Amino acid sequence: MSPDDGVMLDKDKGETRARFDWDFDSLSRAHDQVAEIALGEFGLDIYPNQIEVITAEQMLDVYSSIGMPLMYRHWSFGKHFARDETLYRRGMRNLAYEIVINSSPCISYLMEENSMTMQTLVIAHAAFGHNHFFKNNHLFQQWTDADGILDYMEFAKGYIARCEARYGETAVERVLDAAHALMTQGVNRYPRRKNGGLEEEEKRIQERMAEIERSYNDLWRTVPQNGSREKRRTTEAERRQILGLPEENVLYFLEKKAPLLKPWQREILRIVRHIAQYFYPQKQTKVMNEGCATMVHYEVMNRLHEKGQLGDGAMVEFLSSHTNVVLQPDFDDRRYSGINPYALGFGMMQDVKRICLEPTDEDRTWFPQFAGNRDPWGTLKEGWANYRDESFIRQYLSPALIRKMKLFTVADDGVSDLVVKAIHNERGYQTVRSSLARQFDTAQKEPEIEIVDVDLDGDRRLMLQHRVYDNVLLAEDDIQPVLRHLADLWGYEVSLTEVSSSSEAVLKQHSAGPTGALAAA
Amino acid sequence: MNIIDRRLNPQGKSLANRQRFIRRARKQIADAVREASGKSSVADVNGGGKIKIRSDGINEPQLYHSGKSGEHTHVVPGNHEYVEGDRIPRPQGGEGGRGREASADGEGEDAFQFVLTQDEFLDLFLEDLELPDMLRKQLKKAESFLPRRAGYSVSGAATNLNLVRTMRNSLSRRIALKRPRPAEIQALETELKTLTESGDDIERCRELEIEIEEQRRRSRRIPFIDPVDVRYNRFELVPQPVASAVMFCLMDVSGSMTEHMKDLAKRFYKLLYLFLSRRYRNVEIVFIRHTHVAREVDEETFFNSRETGGTVVSTVLEEMLRVLQERYPRDQWNIYAAQASDGDNLSSDNAKSAALLERRILPICQYFAYLEVGDEEDGFNLGSEIWRTYERLDRSGHPIAMRKVNKRNQIFPVFRELFARDQSARKAAS
Repeated sequence: MSPDDGVMLDKDKGETRARFDWDFDSLSRAHDQVAEIALGEFGLDIYPNQIEVITAEQMLDVYSSIGMPLMYRHWSFGKHFARDETLYRRGMRNLAYEIVINSSPCISYLMEENSMTMQTLVIAHAAFGHNHFFKNNHLFQQWTDADGILDYMEFAKGYIARCEARYGETAVERVLDAAHALMTQGVNRYPRRKNGGLEEEEKRIQERMAEIERSYNDLWRTVPQNGSREKRRTTEAERRQILGLPEENVLYFLEKKAPLLKPWQREILRIVRHIAQYFYPQKQTKVMNEGCATMVHYEVMNRLHEKGQLGDGAMVEFLSSHTNVVLQPDFDDRRYSGINPYALGFGMMQDVKRICLEPTDEDRTWFPQFAGNRDPWGTLKEGWANYRDESFIRQYLSPALIRKMKLFTVADDGVSDLVVKAIHNERGYQTVRSSLARQFDTAQKEPEIEIVDVDLDGDRRLMLQHRVYDNVLLAEDDIQPVLRHLADLWGYEVSLTEVSSSSEAVLKQHSAGPTGALAAA
Repeated sequence: MNIIDRRLNPQGKSLANRQRFIRRARKQIADAVREASGKSSVADVNGGGKIKIRSDGINEPQLYHSGKSGEHTHVVPGNHEYVEGDRIPRPQGGEGGRGREASADGEGEDAFQFVLTQDEFLDLFLEDLELPDMLRKQLKKAESFLPRRAGYSVSGAATNLNLVRTMRNSLSRRIALKRPRPAEIQALETELKTLTESGDDIERCRELEIEIEEQRRRSRRIPFIDPVDVRYNRFELVPQPVASAVMFCLMDVSGSMTEHMKDLAKRFYKLLYLFLSRRYRNVEIVFIRHTHVAREVDEETFFNSRETGGTVVSTVLEEMLRVLQERYPRDQWNIYAAQASDGDNLSSDNAKSAALLERRILPICQYFAYLEVGDEEDGFNLGSEIWRTYERLDRSGHPIAMRKVNKRNQIFPVFRELFARDQSARKAAS
């Protein structure tokens, strides 16, 4: 926006407001009406709502800081902002109607440009749909702290700003660059074993001593021992145990064990790691999360229309934008760009509802546990609470939906022709369903990389391993830059071995040394 | 439920990120700006606008699966004709429902496109340019003073009275000297009044009378505000080092100048004007145009109105000297001049011009730039009248620089050469 536009806007601010067909009273009324349906009739369970109205530019701000209202400063966010802004200004991309933050209170951003119908839709979608999902899904409950996230981001932003003031922007930027490169490797996939503290440790040692005394047998002393080799092996195992290896969370390992990092650098790694962890459940539940929100807004809007609270004109406007959201172009369509999570999610939720209310014989065979139970919302809520995309698809994708979307599975070995493995028929349902589930499994999409060892006796080289499934190697272009960042953080050389999971054969080796970028700063 | 209107919150939250990004990609962006400005006309320079930069240095590397290796299985919607076991010929360029997802994370874009604001564009566009020898006379003009707060004084103008300080002093003095408060006297008087009315305790009445008298006397003798209490804000005048410069734009608008040449000159001055009005706050610009007579004009006339006549260069130099003497004393101003001409001059005037320049103008000038404009096909094989005259001065070490321009796209490079911050680059280029 040029400065001239800014002046114009300031002058017209009073009128600008009047241009929109909603005001704060009507927003509040809409919220109450939606709440009546979503909480009263559907029985959703939500965090308290906070609805914030923002401008398009503020929406771009939130976009560029990976959807957080508060974010530390880094050039990459500026880059994303520049790109999003360019696309938006040239009309190549529409902004989302809303953004919603998994926090308590749950913050939903509404764009001021939305019409009243769209605001109602967005309130139903974000403030009730997503909100319910955030509060109830087990992944979010287990891995994110909705009450604390905004405070934590406040801390993170302030901490990094203070680091910049004290150590210089460049020094901080280098650490952040390196940490961002490893962000996808900065996530705990499984809960860490809790360290019980000193008391428990002592108790365990005592129990062990007691056990040794109890089972003492003088005969063992006479068994000849195979000296040196045995010893060597134990030290290796011991070393791994002390270092907590193997470790899949690379950022965690560096934060705790990298020898040369300064305390503030470790804290920055920790911040980046926490943010990555916060977003990890969202990555795993894209289809369900959007499906849940879309289902809620669709049902709510229909109920509002039935109750006469939403006019026919508004209903048509809603349906037209809803249809755009859940559009799934076919694979040979120019608009095709993968499976639309909104379409798949919404399709599955609608399908579950149909199975609960009007099951066919096929449904009764496939879903005996809930077919025809007349309780669609109860069934859906149970699903939303206990699954993630991969397991949800595996459990709930019905043959009816596979037929409706005409899903088929194609195998691609990278060399010869593509082969159709399964289509939407009796023989193919199971294959299609499990392939689709795998396709939405974050653990499959992201490479499985672990730190396996450190050469403590030699040059302190950090050894990583990528387990290769189906011969899918890492993309070449970025390996070296990422390894250099890793080496900078570690302080010594690092190596990455790509090992086939089926044959244990080493397929490829990469290594890189530190560039000294961190030390120089 | 809360509804909050955030629209009036401060805008530009991501400005800091943007600045970091531009700093990070500075080299690539500067290259792109140069390239863009070479193609577009000078009039567009003002605009800012879309640029495309190479993405090296601003990549965000990540480890991800390669879409090219290994075996993949894709589930795709919209099957019309395929049955199990069908073979589909490999689509060209990875199109047709495979490979997209795998590369979506990688963002394999070579070029990164975005819009620069006008300010950012000009910053980069005019980067490294400087008025030559700007600082030489910087401190000479010390007559400009700015008042700065410097504590308090006991004397000063009434407008500078510092009420808070004054009252504080007054209060502490009154407390120290035990000046009775009006309320205290009032209380004594009331007591006296009731006593006299009731008529008993004459003794006490007398005491009270004496005390009241004493208090009143005290109150009269100790003033509420004494001259010793009064404080004034004190200001000190701090000399302001001002880098003042005046830039003379001299242009030949005579008949021998074709439209094309005028256009070139105008473009050069526009660029110059942009540069000056942006780079320095305290720069004055004088426009003088000439035929066989010279006249100082305003900017509008300088660029836009037309005039015909002969060519006598010395007139413009004389006019410049007149303006200098009238308004810009040499000890207070840095003097710069830029002359644009097609090189024609009345032959008899050459000697006079050279003498004027050498004896009177160059000694007081920081820098004199001469831009010779020519027709597009013209090769400038032989030096023009003015060129030959000025060349002699250039060789003898005077602060004069000369360039020839005959195409629009040469304007910007020449401009950069003339005003490059690095002296050695300027010398090397000439």
